[in-house]
Amino acid sequence: MTSLNGAGQIALEVNNLQVTYYTDSGRVKAVDGVDLTLKAGERLGLVGESGCGKSTLALALMRMIKPPGRIEAGSAIIHTDMGSIDLLKLNEEEIRQARLSKISYIPQGAMNSLNPVMRVGKQMIDAMRSHIPRASERELTERAEQALESVELKRSVFRMYPHELSGGMKQRVCIAIGILLSPKVIIADEPTSALDVVVQRQVMETICRVQEKIHAAVILIGHDMGLMAQITNRVAVMYAGKLVEVSTVREMFTDPLHPYAQALIRSLPNLDNKGIFQGIPGLAPSLLRLPSGCVFHPRCEHAMEICKSAPPPKSVTPAGRFVSCHLYDEQGNRAHVTGHKQKPVASP
Amino acid sequence: MKIGYLVRRFLFLVFVVWTAATVLFFIPRLSRVNPIRERFAEIQRSTGYAPRDLENIIKAFETKFGLDKPLIEQYLDYMGSVLRGDLGVSLMRYPRTVVDLIGQALPWTVILLTVTTLLTFLIGTGIGALAGWPRSPSWVKGMVTPLMVLAAVPGYLLGLLLIYFIAFRAKLLPLSGAYTTGRFLGPELSIEFILDVARHAILPALSLILTSVGFWALGMRGMGVTVQGEDYVNFAEHKGLKQGRIFYWYYVRNAILPQVTALALAFGSIVSAGILVENLYGFPGIGSLLNAAILANDFFVIYGIGMITIVAVGVSMMIIDLTYPLLDPRIRYDRK
Ligand SMILES: Nc1ncnc2c1ncn2[C@@H]1O[C@H](COP(=O)(O)OP(=O)(O)OP(=O)(O)O)[C@@H](O)[C@H]1O
Ligand code: SF4
Ligand SMILES: [Mg+2]
Repeated sequence: MTSLNGAGQIALEVNNLQVTYYTDSGRVKAVDGVDLTLKAGERLGLVGESGCGKSTLALALMRMIKPPGRIEAGSAIIHTDMGSIDLLKLNEEEIRQARLSKISYIPQGAMNSLNPVMRVGKQMIDAMRSHIPRASERELTERAEQALESVELKRSVFRMYPHELSGGMKQRVCIAIGILLSPKVIIADEPTSALDVVVQRQVMETICRVQEKIHAAVILIGHDMGLMAQITNRVAVMYAGKLVEVSTVREMFTDPLHPYAQALIRSLPNLDNKGIFQGIPGLAPSLLRLPSGCVFHPRCEHAMEICKSAPPPKSVTPAGRFVSCHLYDEQGNRAHVTGHKQKPVASP
Repeated sequence: MKIGYLVRRFLFLVFVVWTAATVLFFIPRLSRVNPIRERFAEIQRSTGYAPRDLENIIKAFETKFGLDKPLIEQYLDYMGSVLRGDLGVSLMRYPRTVVDLIGQALPWTVILLTVTTLLTFLIGTGIGALAGWPRSPSWVKGMVTPLMVLAAVPGYLLGLLLIYFIAFRAKLLPLSGAYTTGRFLGPELSIEFILDVARHAILPALSLILTSVGFWALGMRGMGVTVQGEDYVNFAEHKGLKQGRIFYWYYVRNAILPQVTALALAFGSIVSAGILVENLYGFPGIGSLLNAAILANDFFVIYGIGMITIVAVGVSMMIIDLTYPLLDPRIRYDRK
């Protein structure tokens, strides 16, 4: 499942995205200078410890950051056949129109994401009508029922209330809503975390199938590295608000570049088995009081003097891998090789 | 299954009404005051007339009204006649019947309280909904506090202030009554009369609305704050819905559910809700009648008013029970 299905065209381009929460105890830089490029049809996994800013990144792209949060800087450009738009520059009405039609979000808590007093079908039609107000009721009903079928639900779900559906069915309804208008980018924020393992797998496969059908780019947020390995094309590892490495699945699992990514992969029970990320030694940093230099240095086994003072550069290897660590120079070559380091996890 | 539920629900209503009516029957009897003796004492005070064989006359009246029988027998008699639709005669306005007195007073109360209850519900719920909505301007969010202060003022005190400043000092509105007695002999169907009634009803209505709108606002804001943070409201925004649609169909529609239950109960208790205010404004409704009946220990009028109150509450509870599944599909008839 790790092939790029006709990927080529760039769908989403994120540059220097910064989001800050102004909390009572101080400023929390939850997303700090994130760059990311997604191609149409591509599936990117976004992993990282709880609280590292994954959901904040997703919500920023949807322009759904609420006070005390603020998007401080950056751009998020979606390329469509009709031209390019910067999500972060749109006004209220424009971003409203862009939601669901250009970029859609499948929420973390699908259990409660459907209005309990409204039939499923009405909620789907509601969503479409707010973007195509002049469409006929019949046409919208047909589209909604087709969307339900494409996520393996019966058409009759259209007339049901959310409480009549199981958790997996609700999640599928949310996916069906997410693809109603064939958006360029779909963000699924831990879409399966509340479901049992079998249903998780089915739901993920459903996301992949409908995504391939509409050729959208997908950002899949989650903790389950095993699931990521089977489903995604590339994996982005986030640590304390920053991306530390973005590589293809194969590269990430056989030769992770960043020490945090290495620790992450090593902590998996077995490369071939699925495994849920258990955590690595040391405490996740408080985003309120971040270490100087490289934010990972207190936990890093490769830490050097320079890591304590200077933030690491952003490097891109010739193969297109992104890594941000003093161990690599701007071209992504291993720059500092010192004696007391332990051996790399694997070599290319 | 639905018919079975209806039958069960109706039997439950009968049981509630019967229990409440029984309790109601015995409470006024705890007082040892004899209403007939009181009535003659009052006649003597006001007219100086005192019949010579007072004790015999009292006895005769007691026999006539059945008040000399054992309490249990009286209870059974009363329940029997209630079933026949007969609420007895008034002790204080004999020979007028309880049905007659209530029939005269009830329309006034129903009109005044129906209008004020509806208005209070709409205004309070509206303000509360806006106050709980994160995008509202801060002055709207702050509106609930002064309303709560107002709600803490007793209704009659606020009523007195309104009477003093608006009716007495500024002479903008009439002081009391339901219509200008000098102008009309009695209720009639004309534009002038209706306008006159409306003018008289403004101050009582205002007292009722101002003192309870805060509770509705507070209740709605509380639910609103909870609902606005729900995933389905967020997801509605992710879907790209317009704010107005999210506000009404996703936010208000869910937050209002407990308010609707409260509204049904408020409608059930309109008979008793206006007692203080009605008395203050000399408004000829059920509240004034009940007040007079309690002062005169007029058992049968108290029972009569009590009965219609209980039935009104019971029936509105039944109605809300039966219609609630339409509002909230998660509730079903066949669930326990
Ligand atoms: N509304 C908010 N107000 C203040 N701080 C917030 C808010 N939302 C998130 N944060 C902070 O921003 C940081 C990133 O949160 P975010 O929800 O993006 O993490 P996450 O990676 O999605 O975590 P998880 O895996 O648990 O979902 C956290 O440290 C959190 O404390
Ligand atoms: S920059 Fe230094 S501390 Fe940070 S991950 Fe690389 S080696 Fe470790
Ligand atoms: Mg999250």
